[in-house]
Amino acid sequence: MPSELQDDILLTRRTGLTLLSPTFVFVGLFLLFPFAWVVVISFTDRTLLGAGAANPQFIGLDNFRQLFDTQTWMHSGEFGRSLVLTSYFVIASLAGQVTLGLGIALAFHRRKGLLRETIFTLVTLAWILPETAIAFTWTSFLDPSGTLNTFLAALGLPQPDWLLDAPMASIVMFNIWRGTAFSMLLFSAALGNVRPSYLETADVLGANAWQRFRDILLPMIRPQLTTAIILVTLWTFNVFTPFLLTQGGPAFRTDIMAIHTYRIAFRYFEFGLGSAIAVIVMLINFVLAAIYLFALKRGEATR
Amino acid sequence: MANLRFESVTKSFGDVTAVDSVDLDVRDGEFVCLLGPSGCGKTTTLRLIAGLERTTRGIIRIGEEDVTRVGPANRDIGMVFQDYALYPHMTVLENIAYPLKVRGATTAARGERARQVARSLQIEHLLDRTPSQISGGQQQRTSVARAVVHSPRVFLFDEPLSNLDAKLRLEARAFLKRLQREVGVTAVYVTHDQAEAMAIADRIAVMDQGRIVQIGPPLEVYRKPRTTFVADFLGSPPMNLIPIRYREGKLEHTTFQLPAPNRTVDLRGLEGEALTLGVRPEHVILCGPDEPGSIAGEVFGLEPLGPETLVSLDVGGTLLVARIFADDPPVLDGTAHVRVAPDTVHLFGSDGVRID
Amino acid sequence: MNLVRFVVVRIAFASFVAGIAAAFALPLLWLILAPFHDQATLSVSLPTHPTLDNFRDVFGNTFAVRALFVNSVIQAAGAMVLTTLVATLGAYALSRIRLPGRDIFVYVLILFSSVVTGSAAMVPIFLLVYRMGLIDQHLGVILVFTGGLIPVALFIMRDFMQSIPRSYEESALVNGANQWQMLRDVVLPMTRSGMMVIGIWAFVNVWGSFLIPFILLRSPERMPAATATYSFYTEAGTPVITLVSAYALLYVLPVLILYLFVNWKYGFQFFGGIKA
Repeated sequence: MPSELQDDILLTRRTGLTLLSPTFVFVGLFLLFPFAWVVVISFTDRTLLGAGAANPQFIGLDNFRQLFDTQTWMHSGEFGRSLVLTSYFVIASLAGQVTLGLGIALAFHRRKGLLRETIFTLVTLAWILPETAIAFTWTSFLDPSGTLNTFLAALGLPQPDWLLDAPMASIVMFNIWRGTAFSMLLFSAALGNVRPSYLETADVLGANAWQRFRDILLPMIRPQLTTAIILVTLWTFNVFTPFLLTQGGPAFRTDIMAIHTYRIAFRYFEFGLGSAIAVIVMLINFVLAAIYLFALKRGEATR
Repeated sequence: MANLRFESVTKSFGDVTAVDSVDLDVRDGEFVCLLGPSGCGKTTTLRLIAGLERTTRGIIRIGEEDVTRVGPANRDIGMVFQDYALYPHMTVLENIAYPLKVRGATTAARGERARQVARSLQIEHLLDRTPSQISGGQQQRTSVARAVVHSPRVFLFDEPLSNLDAKLRLEARAFLKRLQREVGVTAVYVTHDQAEAMAIADRIAVMDQGRIVQIGPPLEVYRKPRTTFVADFLGSPPMNLIPIRYREGKLEHTTFQLPAPNRTVDLRGLEGEALTLGVRPEHVILCGPDEPGSIAGEVFGLEPLGPETLVSLDVGGTLLVARIFADDPPVLDGTAHVRVAPDTVHLFGSDGVRID
Repeated sequence: MNLVRFVVVRIAFASFVAGIAAAFALPLLWLILAPFHDQATLSVSLPTHPTLDNFRDVFGNTFAVRALFVNSVIQAAGAMVLTTLVATLGAYALSRIRLPGRDIFVYVLILFSSVVTGSAAMVPIFLLVYRMGLIDQHLGVILVFTGGLIPVALFIMRDFMQSIPRSYEESALVNGANQWQMLRDVVLPMTRSGMMVIGIWAFVNVWGSFLIPFILLRSPERMPAATATYSFYTEAGTPVITLVSAYALLYVLPVLILYLFVNWKYGFQFFGGIKA
């Protein structure tokens, strides 16, 4: 018996499309349309105020030329520099979140109890509590006389003025703290699905913990690993929250993509230029997503 | 009350033909079982009656009305699903009353009627519970109650007893039959359990690969199976089917010979052909080695089941099963002998079709 | 040898756990202590005279109170209701009708939503909402949030839909229901738990989001708590920490309570790795 109800009896095509129409409206209006419009604006000199607002002109690839102008683009506060900073930010965050998430998931694999609940709760709260409140508490945490430095002082370690002297390290730490929960939960669920009999067999055969991890657990969570890597990459690439900590500074040293775009579009009111940046960001995202889908398909093929 | 008719109904899913040009005529008030192995098309046939599948070709009539294009909601049928499909968020009362609710009956009226039906099915004390709070047998009755409540023209059952344990199944089976008798509604019942079909059907329609192979009262289908498929499907243990050849008035097997029985067809035209001899286990009788027509075989298995014992004999590579009814199971070892009475023997051609 | 290894593993585990616990708890210290400190600063210190004055001052600030108890609630609840409704109906349709490429549809949507989120689409979203006359309106914020949340909500709901056996809907039809009755009486009640998941997820998402209200809202009367947190400034331009800390704590409380409630009732469930 085919499971596909082929005859539209449960739901006529008309009813189905009626049910889907709000979805189409929202998605069309707030997802697809902006996407198309960004591309269009990126080819204009549109701004919020002045001549560019009243009468935006089509200027072709000028915006893009400006962004990739090799004379200037790597200067502080420019697009190229932002790309570099963002890449560093993403790679460091990714490494931190995935290893930490995996580490916690492994440590508490097959353990239950209050300790596990507490740790999971702490890590998850770091992820879901509202960003403005979290930003304030982190500003305090990183303050020269804040909790982190107090802690480091107790250990006899140097206590830099984090937000001023090590801003990139600061936002990386912040982003890892904020995002680890996703990887942790993902891997935890994946590990939980591994049948205990697989691990018990390995035990009986004399494998140690590292071998068990490498040869049994790791291959079994490969799809989740891929998912984590690509989603964390996409999200981190587009994240805006560090703005609340550093505003992209000091002196543009944490001018990551989302902050850079915001600044160009809503501080300098250069909508055309801002859109061009957005187009490039979207292209990069699509490439990353394509890699993801490709890796996923390949993963499926080997199953 | 209505009769039900299929006129050359075909249903295909892409390349697969699930129901192949089926004609069916169910009389008003009749209880017909669709019996067959999985994939034979019986469930698809039932769903076509319900309107849950659309025909590819053919006409379906309920009460002489052409309902082929009519949706399930308007065919005025009651259906019991295999998993009962009782809505978990509604009480038993609300579940039973649902068909009345969607037809616009007032709360009072439908509550009254639902209670009445529940009473006749002996589940009145459960009306305030939710489906998760009642047993499997009670769920089944609730499902039946819901199917009955709006007095449908046709009753449909999709393997309603397969989720019950063996003992409950027997009780429920008798209950359903009596219910149908009392209400007098035309019923079509799908099952793969041949004993179930034998027990409750007025007529059994045996299906295979989308076609009705034979349809008739249970005993008729049992006693005169039209093909080896039907012969093999009905009866537990199934009919013994032995490959033989017709030669010079005799049925020849590698190890034994039997005189050919009388048939209306002239058997001499089948000289030398490979045929199939069929004999039900209960017609295989233990005998002594010297009796005329005795067949010798190696005792392969002996299963004392209580009221009967099943004896399996290896007769020249073919397995022959006999049902022996005796208080004391026979003591057999090594070789044993059996015989069959000529008038209990069935004959099937090389195409598997009965030779009368 | 085994004993040594056992002890080492134990110590390693304990230090790891202690490290994690410290790393994730310490930054939150300020949020717990500062609100009760009469001279709260950005650095953390135990309040010498624990006080609730800060909270009292916050409640005295009508603008801030409205932001938290009215605006945030309106925006988060509005997006929650709209997202749940649209996504549930859409997911149901997707799971039951035969539409070419409907699986890819959802994945492509998710891709779009994470690509086009906030930063990349800021400009057109702003212009779009402006053209619709919804700048500085709750509705504008709600609509934009809903648009961004729908793809993932669809994804989650579709999972739920697949798990409802078709026999329930079929039996409804056979019992005489038309499609809308079937939807109302059978399908929607049975997807209640899915709708709850999406609802909570949408609510928490909007409650805590800064960027969209930041871009789309102008007047203080419409600001939700997310942006209002940044309005506690003295004339000199420095933030009033006592108020900010108390406000921040109040602001996070609903999410904390929701989380504990969901965790207690259902255990934390994770659907396809999406923020839930």
